[in-house]
Amino acid sequence: MGLFRYAPIGAKGRTVEQEKMKAKHQRLTLAILALVALIGASLLAAYALQDQASYFYTPSDIAEKQPKAGQAIRLGGMVEEGSIQRGADGVTVEFVVHDGTAKQAVTYTGITPDLFVEGSGVVADGKLTDGGVFRADTLLAKHDENYVPRELDGIDMTGAQNKTETLVQ
Amino acid sequence: MHAYANPARFLSLAKPLTLWFLVVGILLIAFGSAYGILAAPADRLMGDSVRILYIHVPTVWLAMGGWTSIAIASIVQIVWRHPLAAVAARGVAVPGALFTALGLITGSIWARPTWGTWWVWDGRVTSVLVLFFLYLAYIALANASSEKGGVSRVTAIFGIVGAINIPIINRSVVWWNTLHQPASITAGGSSIDSAFLWPLLVNVVGFSLLFGAIVLMRMRAILAETKVEARLRRMAAE
Repeated sequence: MGLFRYAPIGAKGRTVEQEKMKAKHQRLTLAILALVALIGASLLAAYALQDQASYFYTPSDIAEKQPKAGQAIRLGGMVEEGSIQRGADGVTVEFVVHDGTAKQAVTYTGITPDLFVEGSGVVADGKLTDGGVFRADTLLAKHDENYVPRELDGIDMTGAQNKTETLVQ
Repeated sequence: MHAYANPARFLSLAKPLTLWFLVVGILLIAFGSAYGILAAPADRLMGDSVRILYIHVPTVWLAMGGWTSIAIASIVQIVWRHPLAAVAARGVAVPGALFTALGLITGSIWARPTWGTWWVWDGRVTSVLVLFFLYLAYIALANASSEKGGVSRVTAIFGIVGAINIPIINRSVVWWNTLHQPASITAGGSSIDSAFLWPLLVNVVGFSLLFGAIVLMRMRAILAETKVEARLRRMAAE
């Protein structure tokens, strides 16, 4: 073996060209190994971060984790159809947020975003009161992945409403 | 591929391509944006603010595509030692950073009326901000490289390591609860109405061509710079 170690490139029956190819393959293997390790590491990190990196809790998370009253949390979910009730003062709004399995009553005082309608997504900062109602300090609207032109939407909702209004007049 | 390792041969192809990419790209962007702003309908909930989509989506896609190409070029540089790979990666860095910034700014403008806030620290928005900082770091590393025209191996390795952020950006809306909505256009189809979709696709192609034109211009400028430097050094030696 000692003989070969000091042999010049091109020994052992290999040409210089083949030695170059071998070095290239080594670099390629190294690069692929590094990539696999990186992807594995980041997947593990992302998996571990799953709870911490979430921007909000869903009503199910709240039901499961039972946060203490007064603890600052961020709640996200869909506004239940028919649940929005505007207070007499004009700025207080009460509604129910659900995620398909659990529900959470929310109260908010302030100006609501344009996208805040029944069936839309919301994210609210606030805390649970002793009564189990979520008191929101800020209210953000969450847009979904659907983009629908006004005209098409009118077919089932606005159109019918307009028709009723015209008929009444 | 090594046929284009010869800068002269690369330049003979890059010169006409730059012009074509630039002209066709700008025409498509002008058409797509004009249609998107004037003719496309307003969204049922977002109203007219949906129109920012025609700029926001292409710029962010290209910001992510930019780093993906930096990573590929970096692998090519390290494994195959192709002399143009580093020049290409360096050419992508500045427009990539610019497009990331544009995506963040347009997203912020869209978020104010839609979400009710300019900025949130959710998974998607934060990971794109990280991408912007990665671009800045790459540019700084590339400028600190002593390699003429190219970038150092450390820079190339950084280009590969930084690519880990790309799948994170892509998956952020799936892995974590985010304020940003999940992807509308996936391999399975699109949940964007066709009235919005086709001007968007025109703009995506247009912005991609513009991005390509900027990258080719940057690559030509880098090659020209190294030529000037080499010539000055030769003159100084004489």
